[in-house]
Amino acid sequence: MSIITTISTWIIPLIILLVLLAGTIKKVPTYETFVEGGKEGVQMAISLLPFLLGMMVSIAIFRSSGAMEGFVEFLAPVLQTLGVPADIVPLAVVRPVSGTAALAVTTDLIKEFGPDSFIGNLASTMQGSTDTTLYILTVYFGAVGIRKMGDALKVGLLADLIGIIASIIVCTYVFGS
Amino acid sequence: MVNLIWVFLAATGIIYAMFNGTMQDVNEAIFNSADDAVMLAIGLISVLVFWIGMMKIAEEAGLLRGLSKLFRPLFKRIFPEVPPDHPAMGYILSNFSANLFGLGNAATPMGIKAMNEMKKLNNNSTEASRSMITFLALNTSSVTLIPTTVIAIRMQYDSVTPTAIVGTTIIATLISTIGALCIDRLFYYRRIWRNEK
Repeated sequence: MSIITTISTWIIPLIILLVLLAGTIKKVPTYETFVEGGKEGVQMAISLLPFLLGMMVSIAIFRSSGAMEGFVEFLAPVLQTLGVPADIVPLAVVRPVSGTAALAVTTDLIKEFGPDSFIGNLASTMQGSTDTTLYILTVYFGAVGIRKMGDALKVGLLADLIGIIASIIVCTYVFGS
Repeated sequence: MVNLIWVFLAATGIIYAMFNGTMQDVNEAIFNSADDAVMLAIGLISVLVFWIGMMKIAEEAGLLRGLSKLFRPLFKRIFPEVPPDHPAMGYILSNFSANLFGLGNAATPMGIKAMNEMKKLNNNSTEASRSMITFLALNTSSVTLIPTTVIAIRMQYDSVTPTAIVGTTIIATLISTIGALCIDRLFYYRRIWRNEK
């Protein structure tokens, strides 16, 4: 455990050191290059804002109205027949849509069932093994101005489904139920 | 598609609130979440400025090219439309490595830069190219070696074995990534097939 913590605290400063030293050795005007890149960063964040805001408001309406809970209740029996444990259903449904909501659900499950319980382990695995598709789609395509997304959303959501199923199978096998 | 999802979320929410008596919550949520989005975007400025600045130095110093050389054989197959020497490949790989080590903060700016370069490769079209969709699939299934956030939560709730889930997470994430890449290919061939018809 301590090794992992050490690695994660050391890695970023070490990457920075490496980049700065390599830049200096290769005679790159480091500070000026950094500033130039930074300007791009500001622009990106600004152009990102409307995309993020629009999506987040929509998700917030869906969540606060209670529709998300209703949706989960509606889907629960379907997913249960597919072998998804009832307690994990909310997480499975929320994970691709909202990162903060998913983290809240995971925390709640860990608190409720204990981190070392089957549900706790399953929730942890599910949370760690996929990312929030809608957020990634919004941020990456929003920042560079892609309007026609093609199959991206379908591919992303199907990948989430595979991740959820994989988490359940792997956890059932490793931790037992 | 994204238009439909966007409207669906908001419209069902509002209609649901009519019958559920949660209109007040919806009202609050609209403006709170708008606030949150601004805060999030402002919060992103710091990471974006810092990492894109750093990456610019790395690019000029030739570090990104070195990184692409290392993983070229594998990623040439995953991204056949990106020339191996193009900066896009370097950014794709930096994004991938950052995700691998659970550095979400650093991964996002590199991912955006990768998208930007792929857009240039696609004649600056506003349509998502094949490589962009593949890149997205790779990111949503997020290959992670160390799920730092989850481990932190588990420790907070006195887990006896906070890292017990590292193994299962790696296996699950590998399966979902391979699955995502397969689905991505499938959709690609379907597009070609449709265009030919």
